Amino acid sequence: MAASLTIAIMDAPFENARTVTVFRLVQAALKSGHDVNVFAYEGAVGLSFARQAAHANAVHGRDAAAENHPLPRVWIEQLLGLARKSGRKLDWVNCGLCVDERGMGEAIDGVRRGTPADLWKMSVESVNSLTVGTR
Amino acid sequence: MSRYLLIESQDSFSSNAVQEHVELAVALKRAGNEVTLYLVQNGVLPCRSGADGEALHEAVAAGIDVLADDFSLNERGIADRDVARGVRPAAIDAVVERLAASWKVIFL
Repeated sequence: MAASLTIAIMDAPFENARTVTVFRLVQAALKSGHDVNVFAYEGAVGLSFARQAAHANAVHGRDAAAENHPLPRVWIEQLLGLARKSGRKLDWVNCGLCVDERGMGEAIDGVRRGTPADLWKMSVESVNSLTVGTR
Repeated sequence: MSRYLLIESQDSFSSNAVQEHVELAVALKRAGNEVTLYLVQNGVLPCRSGADGEALHEAVAAGIDVLADDFSLNERGIADRDVARGVRPAAIDAVVERLAASWKVIFL
């Protein structure tokens, strides 16, 4: 049965395997027919930062295309696309205070700015919530 | 009775907290709860047969359902046949299913 799930994530991009685990969790939940809310706070607001750029790898002699450096914003775009394609909801909310602290106001389309009150509301309206904190 | 899912992302070789997490899982189980331990990321390292320590044996012996994330196993070159007895490889859907079924889920 379809459910609504909320996940709070704290890790900054390019830092920890927890980020990939959360992305996989969101993907699996959407594929299973669930709606997903994500509340990104602290460094995790950088996951959807629109100005992330792939780079070359001079050490290995590869240009940016050959290096194919994975960017979290692209993965989030793909998750948003998966939600649209499968008729599910993926509501990705960045904590506004955390965004302002870091000057990361430019998020990709489909990601919105919010407050901890949004996390409370999403949690109340979900069957379950999971916090994936930084250690 | 409640149902608990503990997601262990750390390995016992680099963090002493893992032993405490297993003790929590075992205590929850002995208190009459249903408990699943889902190993993910480096959390799967101690489930290699031969490298599995006391903590994992304790969890399995207590009747805890111990699952190892298949993606994390593959990333680390651990084949299903190399996984310690009592531990089952599982897709991350196992987490989704328990979240959707209102299990109490903790990411460790």
